[in-house]
Amino acid sequence: MKNKSLISINDYSPEDYYRILELAEAFEKNPNQNLLEKHVIASLFFEPSTRTRLSFESAISRLGGRIVGFSEASSTSVSKGESLADTIKTVSQYSDLIIMRHPIEGSARYASEVASVPIINAGDGANQHPTQCLLDLYSIKKTQGTLENLNIFLVGDLKYGRTVHSLLMAMSNFNPTFNFISPENLKMPEEYKHFLDKKGIKYYEHEEFTDIISEADIMYVTRVQKERFSDPMEYEKVKNAYVLKREMLINTKPNMKILHPLPRVNEIDTNVDEDPRAYYFQQALNGVYTRMAIMSLILGIK
Amino acid sequence: MEKRKELTVSAIENGTVIDHIPADSLFKVISTMQIETMDTTITIGNNLDSNRLGKKGIVKISDKYPSIEDMNKIALIAPTARINIIKDYKVSNKQKVEIPDNIVGMFKCMNPKCITNNEKMKTKFAVVEKNGNLQLKCHYCEKHTDQEHFETI
Ligand SMILES: [Zn+2]
Repeated sequence: MKNKSLISINDYSPEDYYRILELAEAFEKNPNQNLLEKHVIASLFFEPSTRTRLSFESAISRLGGRIVGFSEASSTSVSKGESLADTIKTVSQYSDLIIMRHPIEGSARYASEVASVPIINAGDGANQHPTQCLLDLYSIKKTQGTLENLNIFLVGDLKYGRTVHSLLMAMSNFNPTFNFISPENLKMPEEYKHFLDKKGIKYYEHEEFTDIISEADIMYVTRVQKERFSDPMEYEKVKNAYVLKREMLINTKPNMKILHPLPRVNEIDTNVDEDPRAYYFQQALNGVYTRMAIMSLILGIK
Repeated sequence: MEKRKELTVSAIENGTVIDHIPADSLFKVISTMQIETMDTTITIGNNLDSNRLGKKGIVKISDKYPSIEDMNKIALIAPTARINIIKDYKVSNKQKVEIPDNIVGMFKCMNPKCITNNEKMKTKFAVVEKNGNLQLKCHYCEKHTDQEHFETI
């Protein structure tokens, strides 16, 4: 992994995932280490994403590294029309590693081709957000003790949700069963189902929550956004069908965990927060350990 | 039968004959190869009877030979095409076009939010589906562009 950019979850092998998860676990036990003391890390957020930025900055700070960069593009040369290639080549001179978030899809891959230092993609439009996926894997492994043979429920917007697509690709290495719960117009795209068919992985599609959720080991919930519906009436009809409430959890496995990439709006009722199955806030904290691990491995200090 | 074909599209001394183009792809081949900018003799025929295709198109270009890039382009637009290199009225080299695994700088990515449509750079695709409806996967945004949406640069 040393010096290798992390652009897409598919860039790394299952062995790489395990290496990252093991190191993240070590960081969780002992989070304050000065491993990045002699490093400068660029954090380039061409669009704001406070949550992801703070998670990275927290990870860098815990490792004693220093940060240069910006949290939105409007005050930089980018807003004066500088090309992405020029910005990246310049910042490569000032830093050992670049973390970038950009609204344009494929921007991170392109940056990794022009940069002289490794790039970590912190989200490129609707395309990829691999560190999110790795922290999801960490959360799954930590709570279930394994990544193998799990029954994973993906709920909500399965058509446009990049996190569920990445999770599906990553988990497909570990013999899962998938259950998809989504409105008709936000179903899992054919290309992903085709991929699962080819790998011989079982999946089932549902349009609503049923007793089937008692089989879940992991329930990964995403938001159904109003903007995805061309007909607002359709949205009104389905919007409450995908809200998870505490009473629905009665027959679910005691060790089942509910994950969510956050921010949550109303797709998980706040009364679920009290349930031991709610895991989304710990999941966010796991992001710090996972990012510490990823940066240390790419910089070759672990 | 042979004679009537000769009459429809005349033979050339030296150059390239692109035969077995599906009739509905002929004009795409012409624009992709920028045939309109060539100054040598060009003969174009379309809706000719073909046993294999029903109706086919044919293009004869005198004194010009296609580059590998041109052949790749034809393979993607008209996979059934045959390219014959003509020397002294004879076919010196006959080849079935082959769809490449990777394509650089030929088509636009159909995703308007793709970096290749927002920065001065070359597009790059992997050909992920070669049979039936061709599919290109963008190296950058990872979105698929299908045959109906091929737009040459
Ligand atoms: Zn693209």
